[in-house]
Amino acid sequence: MIRFILIQNRAGKTRLAKWYMQFDDDEKQKLIEEVHAVVTVRDAKHTNFVEVWDQLVSYALSVLFPQFRNFKIIYRRYAGLYFCICVDVTDNNLAYLEGIHNFVEVLNEYFHNVCELDLVFNFYKVYTVVDEMFLAGEIRETSQTKVLKQLLMLQSLE
Amino acid sequence: MPAPIRLRELIRTIRTARTQAEEREMIQKECAAIRSSFREEDNTYRCRNVAKLLYMHMLGYPAHFGQLECLKLIASQKFTDKRIGYLGAMLLLDERQDVHLLMTNCIKNDLNHSTQYVQGLALCTLGCMGSSEMCRDLAGEVEKLLKTSNSYLRKKAALCAVHVIRKVPELMEMFLPATKNLLSEKNHGVLHTSVVLLTEMCERSPDMLAHFRKLVPQLVRILKNLIMSGYSPEHDVSGISDPFLQVRILRLLRILGKSDDDSSEAMNDILAQVATNTETSKNVGNAILYETVLTIMDIKSESGLRVLAINILGRFLLNNDKNIRYVALTSLLKTVQTDHNAVQRHRSTIVDCLKDLDVSIKRRAMELSFALVNGNNIRGMMKELLYFLDSCDPEFKADCASGVFLAAEKYGTDSLTSLHVTAVLSCVLAGSYVRDDSVPNLIQLITNSVEMHAYTVQRLYKALLDDISQQPLVQVASWCIGEYGDLLVSGQCEEEEPIQDEVLDVLEGLLVSNLSTPVTRGYALTAIMKLSTRFSSVNRIKKVVSIYGSSIDVELQQRAVEYNALFKKYDHMRPALLERMPIMEKTATNGPTEIVQTNGETEPSAVEPKHPPPVTQPANQVRTPYSGSYSEQDSSAVTTQFSHDIITFPPSVFQTFQLQLLSPSSNVVPALNQGTVTQVIRVLNPQKQQLRMRIKLTYTHKGSPVQDLAEVNNFPPQSWQ
Repeated sequence: MIRFILIQNRAGKTRLAKWYMQFDDDEKQKLIEEVHAVVTVRDAKHTNFVEVWDQLVSYALSVLFPQFRNFKIIYRRYAGLYFCICVDVTDNNLAYLEGIHNFVEVLNEYFHNVCELDLVFNFYKVYTVVDEMFLAGEIRETSQTKVLKQLLMLQSLE
Repeated sequence: MPAPIRLRELIRTIRTARTQAEEREMIQKECAAIRSSFREEDNTYRCRNVAKLLYMHMLGYPAHFGQLECLKLIASQKFTDKRIGYLGAMLLLDERQDVHLLMTNCIKNDLNHSTQYVQGLALCTLGCMGSSEMCRDLAGEVEKLLKTSNSYLRKKAALCAVHVIRKVPELMEMFLPATKNLLSEKNHGVLHTSVVLLTEMCERSPDMLAHFRKLVPQLVRILKNLIMSGYSPEHDVSGISDPFLQVRILRLLRILGKSDDDSSEAMNDILAQVATNTETSKNVGNAILYETVLTIMDIKSESGLRVLAINILGRFLLNNDKNIRYVALTSLLKTVQTDHNAVQRHRSTIVDCLKDLDVSIKRRAMELSFALVNGNNIRGMMKELLYFLDSCDPEFKADCASGVFLAAEKYGTDSLTSLHVTAVLSCVLAGSYVRDDSVPNLIQLITNSVEMHAYTVQRLYKALLDDISQQPLVQVASWCIGEYGDLLVSGQCEEEEPIQDEVLDVLEGLLVSNLSTPVTRGYALTAIMKLSTRFSSVNRIKKVVSIYGSSIDVELQQRAVEYNALFKKYDHMRPALLERMPIMEKTATNGPTEIVQTNGETEPSAVEPKHPPPVTQPANQVRTPYSGSYSEQDSSAVTTQFSHDIITFPPSVFQTFQLQLLSPSSNVVPALNQGTVTQVIRVLNPQKQQLRMRIKLTYTHKGSPVQDLAEVNNFPPQSWQ
């Protein structure tokens, strides 16, 4: 299952944080910082997966959060934004990579060539998109057309 | 009170702040405004205020005072209010606050609302952050929604049920009746979420697992339709129809087929079909293939299918995309124990991955390479691994070094000794981690490879010049310099030859350095002493040795005093004593004992082999060949002390035998042939080598010690064949 979804920019500002697991506020802050530290130093020659025991940097993560030994981070960079999903070690990396891409394509359609500012000014709408596609730590709806239809309906209710 | 500013305005204003302090000031001002607005209980602008509060929360500022407001918003009738309210609840509230229980009633009402969107909102919130109490209260509602015909709600309800089961596993039975027709849905979304629900139930409870096994044919059929059906625009991703659903079905099949023959058999065909028909040009196809491979590995599949799976992984390894290579290496690591031969075929590709740029790929390739080393490929593999050890990052060196060492120990044979020595040398030079008991092993190895002495001592000397902090390295180096110092200065060096004084300087440096442990100092002192027969500057050595005669360290002091005595009183014995070590045979009593010049007289310590030896042959009862000759006339008993040494033939094969010596029945042989003493020795002889034994008896007879040697060659062939 998915543990949390994070969208961050290169500077470390969080654009979206969706948690499917219990963490304290300060734990959440720490996690955000650590994930940012791990993900921004990686470039094109690294894989898109970070398993905790691989990297010395993420060792800090596993010390602070012992349950993190069972997690891994799958991330992808789009322009200046990092989309990170934290999942269990036993999950299929490649499938979640596709899931991230699916999500980004929906965002793109919904906001008409999305850019970071769209995500900033319409953050509550972004959360709605997340909730349409993911729920309870699992992928809920994968058909982009269906999701977009729902989103437009919801928008008309406002 | 003027109308509070709109969300957009606030965001724009905050973004114009140029420093952190400025931003904080703006936010504080706005928070104060919001707080006073909340106090006024203003309904119209509450939504806007909470939205602003949420934005500030996202930036990292505390926003707890808005929690109650969220609840009020949820209770309102307007959809926009509800939306922001639920969002606020998901962001600001969690299980640990008591406030969240107040939500339960609201959610209950909303779950029964007339509009599906409100119901959807409620399900969503419950699914994300519902606590156990809430789940218990509302499970009934969720279950009702699971049976509705509205597919939008059914999807959400299914995942909400997953969350409920995760929080309160006892409620699983409640959802059982609703799952009956879940798989007959046409709607992909509902199908997907139902499969997730079934997966969760099967993972948690073995009874459910048994119950759902009968669904395997249905799942197979669905999967088949997905693959065979044509283009479906809704769920298509790069030409493959609904890959997410395929992946999830494969995962469920994996769980259902594990350790169950019938289900596994039913799946074999479809797995083979998926494996061969899926397109591999894009990541999507590879994702499906990966899941298929994982499934094939886990269920009881036939061997042809397994080979197919490993070949797929092998193909992954050649892919340009490093993600796919990473994934392949991870899976191969898991399967290398069970399907060793199949993985061996891809050995060269794996070894190539050692040169990859990504750190995690390198690490996995390294581990896999160590798992694949065997007697046949050790030469080639060792070359690659040594090259890797030289060039890899420091964080790898420790693991790589110990891996190379283990591999060399296990598979190195006599003909590869030079390779072996190079390997081990490289490990030690890597420095960071070598096992403590490897120092004597390494020394023994070096002694035995005669032609490598010069090269070894040169390299170690050079390493010592660079760095004296790594104790194992220093110990081995100083031992070698002591033994082969003459080779070092004799002109056999390829590079600059050190002179005797330089070498002595280095060794003396070790003695005084703070980095050296007492053990290392002992090695250094002995090395200096040995050089007194190989070098010509004896006076200097005498001086050094006499200084340490008054050292605080007792061990050093003792050594120095004894060496001093050697110089003064027993100078005639010195050359003989400090001669070069002979080739040592690897005795059975191996362990962290110091290599001291012995004649093989070792105590029969109970050597515990690593695994209890399978008693493939009956324990050999050893009788001394001299049992008939102790017919002494006097009646004094003979007290004996048995000490054996069992040496393997041919001596260059290491550890062909493993021994377990049990204690002798008594240590007194009564006189006049009145009895015998027996000692049981268990021999593990997996390579069926011929068994020969050499015995040395030390006993006291009439108070004086006697020594006897004997050899036993006549073991019956069936005992070792």
